[in-house]
Amino acid sequence: MVEQHGTNGSEDPLVIAGHKLSSRLIMGTGGSGNLSVLERALAASGTELTTVAMRRADAEGGSGVLDLLRRMDIELLPNTAGCRSAAEAVLTARLAREALGTSWVKLEVHADDRTLLPDPHETLDAAEQLVGDGFTVFAYTNDDPVLAMRLEEAGCAAVMPLGSPIGTGLGIRNPHNIELIVARAEVPIILDAGIGTASDAALAMELGCDAVLLSSAVTRAQDPERMAAAMRSAVHAGRLARHAGRIPQRFWAEASSPPR
Amino acid sequence: MISVLVNAEERRIKEGTTLERLLTDLGKAHSGIAVAMDGEVVSRADWPSKELGQGARVEILTAVQGG
Repeated sequence: MVEQHGTNGSEDPLVIAGHKLSSRLIMGTGGSGNLSVLERALAASGTELTTVAMRRADAEGGSGVLDLLRRMDIELLPNTAGCRSAAEAVLTARLAREALGTSWVKLEVHADDRTLLPDPHETLDAAEQLVGDGFTVFAYTNDDPVLAMRLEEAGCAAVMPLGSPIGTGLGIRNPHNIELIVARAEVPIILDAGIGTASDAALAMELGCDAVLLSSAVTRAQDPERMAAAMRSAVHAGRLARHAGRIPQRFWAEASSPPR
Repeated sequence: MISVLVNAEERRIKEGTTLERLLTDLGKAHSGIAVAMDGEVVSRADWPSKELGQGARVEILTAVQGG
């Protein structure tokens, strides 16, 4: 009997902290300049969970994106993007919990604006504090297998290594590190950041990731709705391939037709 | 009158003003926002009783698009 991995979303749910999601593609809301384009892209992606950021309420107040997500019945994963220290990230997560009524948080602490790479020390410190405060922490991290393990030990519900820096579309620069992270993890591993096109998302799943989180690759594509559909198919295909048992790579050819 | 910082902007308000009063006056006492005063979250239930002191730093946040 073939395992039913990825043949049907409902038979192969992504389970995070006991919560089931049938889509293994998590599409964020960042980078879209138009809410109706975003709505069509989110629908095409099939995502059931999406990220939002916390920012100062401006003069106009109101947040059209929240109304949209509630109408679409997509769950919220607030992030701590823009935070530079554990203290800032912890306060932002607490504000998000108060504002949105969810204890789920995508923890990100950026070291600088040019690379937006995660600050490992501050991320781990914040993760420990947030777990202690009852949060379900999705930790955005570098593709460092040791740090991924430390974040899991700290109690993170999911660990989210980058493929390459946020918004670069450079894909997965160190596939072996992603495989090492997956091989030892007991919590879901979600490839987060760096996805450029569908093959990157498929590769993440082939490497054994449990899900893919992306925003810019879809929202900044020329046709976001079409790219969202491509990503959905890619995640599905990669998941199937991962569990189909690929052929080993060989140096020399091996004929598939009988000899003459 | 005392002066407080609201989202990094200086404002003059009456002494004894509560957070609830300030947010209502600013038109921000709606759902989907959260408030921190001097680096600590003030839950909605505590807005009516929380008075602002001279130099209080108030941050009012909401959710926006983000990855």
